[in-house]
Amino acid sequence: MPKMADTPAAGVPNMMNNLPQRVFLAEVDARFNGTIRGPVIGFPERLAMFWANHFAVAVSKGPALRVTAGAFEREAIRPHVFGRFENMLLAVETHPAMLAFLDNQQSIGPDSRAGTRSKRGLNENLAREIMELHTLGVDGGYTQRDVTSLARILTGWTIERGQRGPHGVPLGRPGTFVFNTNAHEPGPQSLLGVTYRDDGVEQGRAALRDLGRHPSTARHIALKLARHFVADVPPPALVSRLTDAFTRTRGDLSAVYLVLIGSEEAWTPELVKIRSPIEYVVALLRATGERPKPQAIAGTLNALGQPLWNPSGPNGFADTVDAWASSEGLATRIDLANLIAAATPRNDDPRRFAQAILGPLLSPHTEHAMARAEDRKQALSLAYLSPEFQRR
Amino acid sequence: MSSSISHSSPGSASRRAIIFGGAGALFAWGFMPRIAHASGARDPRLVVIILRGALDGLTAVPPIGDPGYRALREQIAFTFDGPNKALPLDSFFGLHPSMPNFARFYRMRQAAVVHASATAYRDRSHFDGQDVLESGYATPGHTDSGWLNRLLASLPKGDRVASASATCGLAVGANAPLVIRGPAPVLGWAPATLKSADPELPARLSDLYAHSDPLFAKLLAEGIQTGKIASGLDMKARGGPGDPTGMEQMAAGAARLLAEPNGPRVAALAFEGWDTHAQELGRLARLLAGLDGAFAAFEKEMGPAWKDTVIVAVTEFGRTAHVNGTQGTDHGTGTVMFLAGGAVRGGRVIANWPGLRSNQLRDGRDLAATTDMRAILKGVAVDLFGASPAALSRSVFPGSDAVAPTAGLIA
Repeated sequence: MPKMADTPAAGVPNMMNNLPQRVFLAEVDARFNGTIRGPVIGFPERLAMFWANHFAVAVSKGPALRVTAGAFEREAIRPHVFGRFENMLLAVETHPAMLAFLDNQQSIGPDSRAGTRSKRGLNENLAREIMELHTLGVDGGYTQRDVTSLARILTGWTIERGQRGPHGVPLGRPGTFVFNTNAHEPGPQSLLGVTYRDDGVEQGRAALRDLGRHPSTARHIALKLARHFVADVPPPALVSRLTDAFTRTRGDLSAVYLVLIGSEEAWTPELVKIRSPIEYVVALLRATGERPKPQAIAGTLNALGQPLWNPSGPNGFADTVDAWASSEGLATRIDLANLIAAATPRNDDPRRFAQAILGPLLSPHTEHAMARAEDRKQALSLAYLSPEFQRR
Repeated sequence: MSSSISHSSPGSASRRAIIFGGAGALFAWGFMPRIAHASGARDPRLVVIILRGALDGLTAVPPIGDPGYRALREQIAFTFDGPNKALPLDSFFGLHPSMPNFARFYRMRQAAVVHASATAYRDRSHFDGQDVLESGYATPGHTDSGWLNRLLASLPKGDRVASASATCGLAVGANAPLVIRGPAPVLGWAPATLKSADPELPARLSDLYAHSDPLFAKLLAEGIQTGKIASGLDMKARGGPGDPTGMEQMAAGAARLLAEPNGPRVAALAFEGWDTHAQELGRLARLLAGLDGAFAAFEKEMGPAWKDTVIVAVTEFGRTAHVNGTQGTDHGTGTVMFLAGGAVRGGRVIANWPGLRSNQLRDGRDLAATTDMRAILKGVAVDLFGASPAALSRSVFPGSDAVAPTAGLIA
């Protein structure tokens, strides 16, 4: 497994050089050797992963993201997993990680005090992704004019880095979300047919609240949840019921999950989805109790094609079978299953272990293959590579 | 994924080797077992190689002189002078041609074969068979410790020595084989390049997916076809305990540790892939070449300690006497043990040959077992280490009072 170098480059102080990576690895450790271990029911952790991927940030953006990606999931996602969608949305869009990832911390209202004094101006990145990815969806009925409006509304939403307000007073604690009036575009803005008067940071809060309750958002979130938990192309009736629940409760996510869990469609015996690399690694660790070093976990996820908190774009990792059904991926899973089987020897009959971890999902084919295995390690590898272990 | 093993180059292995059990013992003073005094000036070394999957003794050491042999083995039969030519051991037994080093030791009287041998286990499950082989008990279900570890623990404590590693066992590979797990502390070492690659796995997965998942079956076939997934005989030089290169690496690294004056005296390795249900000739040619290379690596790296060394290669059971429908053999009973090393009184095949006529076969299908493997192992323990037969029956091979140690195995 990949091993991190502990020695800093010559002449660079150790802490400066390694702090972002050390923080990142501590966050990896806290999840893979921490939060995923405890719960008997994995649903809340699955939801945390789902939402962190829905509101994706990428650590490859730079050291600031490497330091904050874990905090982002912990502070903006987890407290709201069973709460209201709009609260999660607001927490996400005011988190320094998202403001840095989608460049809003440098977006300046053209007619703001800062804008009139400098050549810098609007950056639409965050505003566009809020509507395209976070809320309405790409076909959610917004226009370029709406993107520009939301971008103007969100000017001044930034990260405290020594900016001064009136009378030279700092805007907040360093590194936290602050609203910088000097950079905020003055005046009312029209978004999706609604006019938002300029009352500073409240203008953006109101706009996000409305986006979070929008019917297109309800449908977008319903579709993504159903795709994640049920099927790549989920039954339209299920998506409708989830959409209705979202709308009826104004985005009470627990209510939406209850409809999902109560749906016949969510309980089809056929395993149609493939576990993503992160889900596969989590399943292996939960099944075996193995506690690898965080470097090894991060390296394994890289090799499997799903580096933690590092998708190639703000749309996150794909959530379909096609995305993970590759022969390269299978080759790596074979190597990984072998390593895990070798690292966690068992003294009992591997078939009993497979029955314990797979329950009624364990197929007679897999049991048969395991029974014929030439040693325990090979039998365990077969269990970890069986369709029922790789699918969900 | 990480394991509790230190991965390091063989040269620096002893410094980085870590302890499996008995934490801290590496840094403490310890008592060297009274091994050195048991047989005069000899400071013996014992290496046990577990061959997982059930080695076919009738292919490794074919009884070419047996009148029933050729008919049973058909296309996979060896001859002394025709096709599939074996290396001659005597007028009756041949040796697989992939094992020239073992043949050389045999001629030097530093190697012996024990044929038609078996553990006390008489069923046909790999897992249970390996448990019996390694635990030293007569029945499965004892998986807390192995006989080699308990042998080490039972030896009388001798002089104080500066390095406690001499009192440790050595486990080579990605995880410690059961045979060496137990109360006595064990060092772990694995070659840095050791992968856990299993050349048999893709074929078995292919079979599983064919019956259960068309998508995975397609991906696997693609991966094998494009070389992304190495499989079977194509698995060249990938390392690991099922690969000849990996076997040699493991042996060389173990030998360097064992050769050190204060190094471990006892080691266990496990090689994999011996479950040859199909295409046995090609697969065993490769695997036996790996085992032979491992013997040669031990000779080379042990240096002067080779003369005091015994290597025992054992497997959980043998295979059917009859070749099956896929040029392979299925699970059986009697098989071979290999003994090699400068301390072996070799140059002979030790066998009370049961014969291959159908009424001589066990259940009409397996080579019968006429030598209890424990007799040989106890004999080695007594003559090499000065172990007491009573202690062997009590704690090392429990319930084996009726199995007397074989005398005269050690030169």
